[in-house]
Amino acid sequence: MVKLVINGVEREFDVPEDMPLLWVLREVAGMTGTKFGCGAALCGVCTVHVNGIATRSCVMPVGTLAGQRITTIEGLAQGGTRHPCQRAWTELSVPQCGYCQSGQIMSASALLAAQPEPTDENIDAVMAGNLCRCGTYPRIRAAIHRASELAKQEQVDLKAAIGMAETKEGH
Amino acid sequence: MTTLTRRALLKAGLAIGGGLLVEVSLPQAQAAAAEPVTFQPNGLLRITSNDVVTFVLISVEMGQGVSTSNAQLIAEELGIDPAKMVVEFSPADRRYDNPIHGLQVTGGSTTTAASWEPYRVAGATAREMLLEAAARSWGVPKSECVAEDGAILHKPTNRSGRFGQFAEAAARLPVPDVTLRTRDFRVVGKPVPRLDSAAKVDGSAVFGIDVKVPEARSAVVVRCPVPRGQVKSFDAAAAKAMSGVEDVVRISSGVAVVAKTYWHARQAAAQVKVEWDEGPLAGFSTAALLETHRKLAREGQGKRVQSKGDAEAALSKAARVLEAEYTAPFLAHAPLEPQNATAHITGSKCTLWVPTQSPGLLHEQVKRLLGFDSEDITIHQTWIGGGFGRRLAQDYAIEAVEVSRAVGKPVKVVWSREDDMRHSPYRPAATHRVQGALDAQGRLVAWKHTVVTQSIINDVGEHWVRTRLSGAPGFMKSMAVGLAVPMLSAEDDTSVEGAKGLAYGVPNLAVDFVRHEPGIPVGFYRSVGHSHSAFATESFVDEAAHAAGQDPVAFRRELLKFEHRLRWVLELAAEKAGWGTPLSPGRFRGVAVHRSFKSHVAVVAEVSVEGTEIRVHRLVMAADCGRVVNPNIVEAQLEGSAVFGLSAALKHQISFENGRVQQRNFHDYELLRMHETPKIEVHLRHNEAPPTGIGEPGLPVIAPAVANAVFAATGKRLRDLPLSLGAAS
Repeated sequence: MVKLVINGVEREFDVPEDMPLLWVLREVAGMTGTKFGCGAALCGVCTVHVNGIATRSCVMPVGTLAGQRITTIEGLAQGGTRHPCQRAWTELSVPQCGYCQSGQIMSASALLAAQPEPTDENIDAVMAGNLCRCGTYPRIRAAIHRASELAKQEQVDLKAAIGMAETKEGH
Repeated sequence: MTTLTRRALLKAGLAIGGGLLVEVSLPQAQAAAAEPVTFQPNGLLRITSNDVVTFVLISVEMGQGVSTSNAQLIAEELGIDPAKMVVEFSPADRRYDNPIHGLQVTGGSTTTAASWEPYRVAGATAREMLLEAAARSWGVPKSECVAEDGAILHKPTNRSGRFGQFAEAAARLPVPDVTLRTRDFRVVGKPVPRLDSAAKVDGSAVFGIDVKVPEARSAVVVRCPVPRGQVKSFDAAAAKAMSGVEDVVRISSGVAVVAKTYWHARQAAAQVKVEWDEGPLAGFSTAALLETHRKLAREGQGKRVQSKGDAEAALSKAARVLEAEYTAPFLAHAPLEPQNATAHITGSKCTLWVPTQSPGLLHEQVKRLLGFDSEDITIHQTWIGGGFGRRLAQDYAIEAVEVSRAVGKPVKVVWSREDDMRHSPYRPAATHRVQGALDAQGRLVAWKHTVVTQSIINDVGEHWVRTRLSGAPGFMKSMAVGLAVPMLSAEDDTSVEGAKGLAYGVPNLAVDFVRHEPGIPVGFYRSVGHSHSAFATESFVDEAAHAAGQDPVAFRRELLKFEHRLRWVLELAAEKAGWGTPLSPGRFRGVAVHRSFKSHVAVVAEVSVEGTEIRVHRLVMAADCGRVVNPNIVEAQLEGSAVFGLSAALKHQISFENGRVQQRNFHDYELLRMHETPKIEVHLRHNEAPPTGIGEPGLPVIAPAVANAVFAATGKRLRDLPLSLGAAS
């Protein structure tokens, strides 16, 4: 039995320890917001946060994640408040097919938590791991800057926005 | 709901193009007061008495934005904020045929052109009926009422009512003829935000791969490493013993492992031992194919598909003759959502949940496979994680049907990335040989173009013909297939488009199609024939310009004397790119212009070359696709096509050795990444011509523009795709 804390809720799963987190999320927990694209950490659609760090869930055996805080796209909006990335993405009509966007947003929100006003170089470096076949990269970049702007205007704590408030101790 | 059943509507048999379906809700059939009444003046639009406005999409939404732009078309006439409407994906139903293709399919960049009139008529009809109902209810002249923001208003008496209020009364009215707005559009032409963004940013949009059907198993298929190979025998003992595995069954495309999750199935699939009959493609190699192509291109024994003047004569007496060969490899579509489908067969009913570009093609193929009645096959469309033409093939859905039938349970078949890369139909490989003649003044006076490639219609035509004739008896369909497919394949327009129909005003033109069928499964890939032909035409005209000592833009402009829409986008792109003005050191420009799917696109690429590395810094695109319904979405399609096209131009090939595809995943079939994406500027040349497509037209110009820039940078003509200056040292 593997115990995982997903979006703040502790759950127990009867799965093999080497089963990747992606498949536990999708097919055991029934949370399909995190996607399958390559199974080899090449495309980034499976990105979740593990303790606030963007992580490719398709290559993470669940056995290594006991007790870690996992956040998925479903858990990004907190108490009905959408993350600035989700708002910016919607404002700028970023998604086309949308399949990569959960992963893009998880990577972008982790970037903003570490770097609230990222440069284009920061964006290049961090977002290089997230593929988009529809080619929405220019709009993703614009949306990351817009999310940063929204957060600054509204004084949103971008660490808290991904559930990693400095003052809050995780349990 | 007190609506007529779908069966009754089907029997009414009115297509959206040919007439309007009127559905009347009968007052005496209403049971409880709480039950909403539906006003459905046609197959595209429903308004309930509790004010829910739903429109049906004849096309599929695969990212190209039609769920928003089609909403705008209805909203323009109906008088409502598009964001207040609910989108419904269409069931498999000939009412939702694409009138341009004659079947229910999304492809060829036709949705907006096909929807432009019917959707606005749908909105206008409903509006007129609601106005009439409101006017009668208030006892005022209809001419004094307006439809605004989801309500009918009578301003003189300050009365208003939501559409839903008048739904029941409107449903009793006769369906009127309508005239459509031709100017002063309020919604059409506006950058209305996409209606599907919200669901796509919070993980709630259900793609095919996300569908949850109670009791559904997951299945993974083990397929022959060589296309068209067959199972000789298999040993499933080890696989069946693995945790979570329920069954291992043979299907047409291989051996299916059925388990409780994808992961369990995938682990077990590695343990299935299969003896393969590798079939006719066992020794196939793309290196050998290329040699064959070049030989055929030079032999010149093709079928003449276009002729103007006498190209051979003009070439033989030309002051100067140029010749070049261009090659393009097989390409995989590689949408990010791997192929998948969920099927549930119970008795004589089949239900499917599929990310597909054609419920029509799918319905017909399932009907043929199972022999069920049309109405017993239900297809639920899902959101689609990228189409690009891949999901016109229904292969993955047929697999799900076969597995579900074999195990008697609902089954979701999921392909891995490796499966998708190695077992999908491809964009055909093509080789082009172009010969041109320049006269003493440096004018292009002859153009002879030989296209060597396979026929896509040869592979897929049967399905399209059968689907078009879906209601006909089986023997008629077979006859039609037998007659039409060979005929259409012989001059396959989808193989030669872009070469045939050359826009340049060259007085002597010959286009030949050398059809070579290696047997590799092929399909329609974004922009189809244009995806390789424009590389040839736009590279060759560039070579001719250089040979004539002329500027590449000026040379093209002169040849487009009678093609004003192409000339205008060429000039717009050149102007916005600053063509002719100095560039920073190390940067060079290349240009390309092309018409496809009735739209016109030009691009100027700014490129630098560092060693063997080609870096694209900026793309300036200009497009004319007639009247623009949503400029934001059109721009997004052009940006997206540019990124897609750059991946193909710089990185993509599917190569075969010993019948096996050499590429596996995104490490050897790389997609352009964020940091490699240039600045992309899009300029739309707005006009009032009827809307034409934009999903594909942005693609064909990308590779040649970059190749032409590389020539400007290095003096080297790159005539083979993907573009390469040699291995990095």
